[in-house]
Amino acid sequence: MTVTDKELEAFRREAAAWFEENRPPDPGFLLPESFMEVGSDDQFHFLRDWQNQVYEAGYLGMAWPTAYGGGGKPQALQDVATEEMTRLNVPFMMNTIGLNWAGPLILNMGTEEQKRTYIKRILNAEDIWCQGFSEPDHGSDLGSAQLRAVRDGEHFVLNGSKIWTSLGAHSKFMILLARTNPAANNKYAGLSYFLCPMDIPGVEVVPIRKLTGEYGFNQTFFTDACIHESCLMGKEGEGWQVAMKTLTFERGATGGQAGGHSRMKTDAADVLDLARRAKRDGKPAIEDPLVRDQMVQFLIEQKAIALNAERAGIAPLVVDRPASIPMSAKLVRSEFQRRLNKFALSLQGANAAYYMGDALAIDGGRWQRGYFNSFSATIGGGTSQIQKNIVGERVLGLPKS
Amino acid sequence: MTEIQQIKFSEEQAQLLEIASNYCRDKSPIAEVRARIETEPGYDPAVYEEIAALGWLGIAVPEAFGGSGLGLGEVVTIAEPMGRHLLATPFQSTTVAAQALLAAGTDAQKAAWLPRLCEGTVATVALTEPDGDWHPADPGCRAERIGDGLALAGTKTFVGDAETAALIIASVALDGQPSLVLIEASSLPETALQREVAIDETRRSCRLNLDGLTVPADSLLDPARAETGMHHIQMVQCLLLAAEMCGGIAGVLDVTLEYLNTRKQFDRFIGSYQSLKHPMVDALTGLEASRSLLYHAATVFADDEAGETAVRMAKAQASDSFAFASDRAIQFHGGFGFTYDCDAQLYRRRALWCEYQQGDAAYHRRHLAELLL
Repeated sequence: MTVTDKELEAFRREAAAWFEENRPPDPGFLLPESFMEVGSDDQFHFLRDWQNQVYEAGYLGMAWPTAYGGGGKPQALQDVATEEMTRLNVPFMMNTIGLNWAGPLILNMGTEEQKRTYIKRILNAEDIWCQGFSEPDHGSDLGSAQLRAVRDGEHFVLNGSKIWTSLGAHSKFMILLARTNPAANNKYAGLSYFLCPMDIPGVEVVPIRKLTGEYGFNQTFFTDACIHESCLMGKEGEGWQVAMKTLTFERGATGGQAGGHSRMKTDAADVLDLARRAKRDGKPAIEDPLVRDQMVQFLIEQKAIALNAERAGIAPLVVDRPASIPMSAKLVRSEFQRRLNKFALSLQGANAAYYMGDALAIDGGRWQRGYFNSFSATIGGGTSQIQKNIVGERVLGLPKS
Repeated sequence: MTEIQQIKFSEEQAQLLEIASNYCRDKSPIAEVRARIETEPGYDPAVYEEIAALGWLGIAVPEAFGGSGLGLGEVVTIAEPMGRHLLATPFQSTTVAAQALLAAGTDAQKAAWLPRLCEGTVATVALTEPDGDWHPADPGCRAERIGDGLALAGTKTFVGDAETAALIIASVALDGQPSLVLIEASSLPETALQREVAIDETRRSCRLNLDGLTVPADSLLDPARAETGMHHIQMVQCLLLAAEMCGGIAGVLDVTLEYLNTRKQFDRFIGSYQSLKHPMVDALTGLEASRSLLYHAATVFADDEAGETAVRMAKAQASDSFAFASDRAIQFHGGFGFTYDCDAQLYRRRALWCEYQQGDAAYHRRHLAELLL
């Protein structure tokens, strides 16, 4: 199914108008920046209702099959709708794991029954999904997952724990990587993948308090929790392959996601706006020459980050080290965001020392929280220090540390 | 996606980049670079003839004037590998002079000079003055109408390749207005040019004493376009310097990586130490940012406003990144880095030259603040 540029542009205007008109009013509390930061029931219900409203209006899951609740339309239309949501910075689509990881996985390899059971309820936010990959003792080393799933007739009995389960307290289901065969030839072959219900006996979700003071992450404990074998995704022992497939959806390497943006945008333009509002020596901070210098430096870096992504796709301009830009992107972006948030604090004068909850905290304390939260990206997925080792060794060819 | 393409890179550019990269690697091994420093005129005239024969001097000159009618986006693909291999020739000086003629020259001037420049005649521009101010809009050098001619006075500095140039384009104040004049080298008295001691020894530059010099009245470039012409010259210079610096960062990275992968201390290759490895990654990400900004600037150069923003960003980022990479190159070579024999100094000196010609990073950020904030 093709769609003309003219149709796309007409649809873009229509979508933009809808989001402008239906943008939810300020709830009176600070919203999270991404699904990883949903810490209160108020935030949760607000975002769930919003996703449902967007879905019912037809701007989510537009390219998914109509048989399962999707819109059955060309992907190009969903891409445009997502672009407009991002551009207008309306609240994000909270059920990120369902929409972008579990959903496309189920559509790709699930049974007919699984598709009919899960897909529509992912789209309308009826069922929230979480992910159970990481474990307390194995941060990024998924292949070493130890949570046990022992077969008992038609059932599996689960024991162990998963960590960093965002949305865990609100989730109906978890995509779960578990060890079904500790005696397998290699550690990968002993893993299986489940679509695990969360509302069963023996599953306990314990919130983890973050440095922001908020909740959002959890540790999930399984104690003799029993699930039916129909929860298996793929065959028993194929968990590693299914997990890798999930990661290709998570990282956007494979298409098929429901669409919608998954985090709020914060960039140098937002900080520039802050610099115009903030006061220094009786004048707007943006008139301070040192602030101007730093502000421009951030604009240059932000431009370079955007351009890097484009240049990475132009082969003759990356011949020396084709892996350089993709492998350093997370390092560069996450450190940029951390410094940008820190700079935003420096613009606030004495008020930089307020925090969320104080009436005088600028923008409700968004920047203070943003600075703290920025560490989730400089630490998660391999710390910046580990990233520098990886880039130094794999891109520059330096000896191992 | 309807997003506007920020970097365009044509098949022609890709070919030129590959050809120029191979050419510069062949013609400018580091021993040759050092040998050229010690000899005059500081470059190999045979190489410059080849560069002319390859058509590189006329890339951004219209076909009507003997060029190939491409643009500065193509010139960048040649200037970058030249910087990487420290290949010194009057390519940059002559390219800038040709752009100055195109921006502000009269039809007669363009017809008289551009074909010659494309064929290998060296030309250069003279904007800077002894106070070192980067802002060229208000020249201290003067021109006065006397009879049929223009009597010139004052001193220009950092006139690149002046001793081999047949043509110098200088900025002067005429009737209180910034103006550009052509000076034929053949008209210069022997004492007019004085060699400067430049920090980058691969370059040749001179002070030019204009006192007592008279040029014909038709040496004046189009007065109506003099001011925009001077701005255009500075933007072209910044773009070429940014290209040269991007090449330089890549070059000094190679030199340093080679050392970190072969030098052992305490029984370990020193590149295995994170205190050296991590700053090398910072240098690499600086290179990537600089190159992305460079090829964006090359893409949008002709667009007045976006072009200026992009060029200043490219010059600022490359200045900082090259300074960092070449500074760390000296440090990471340890005691050897303190010697003249270590190649790190060649790049550090090049970086300093490029950084302080036509505005350093802070200077361009200040101008960007006016454009963006």
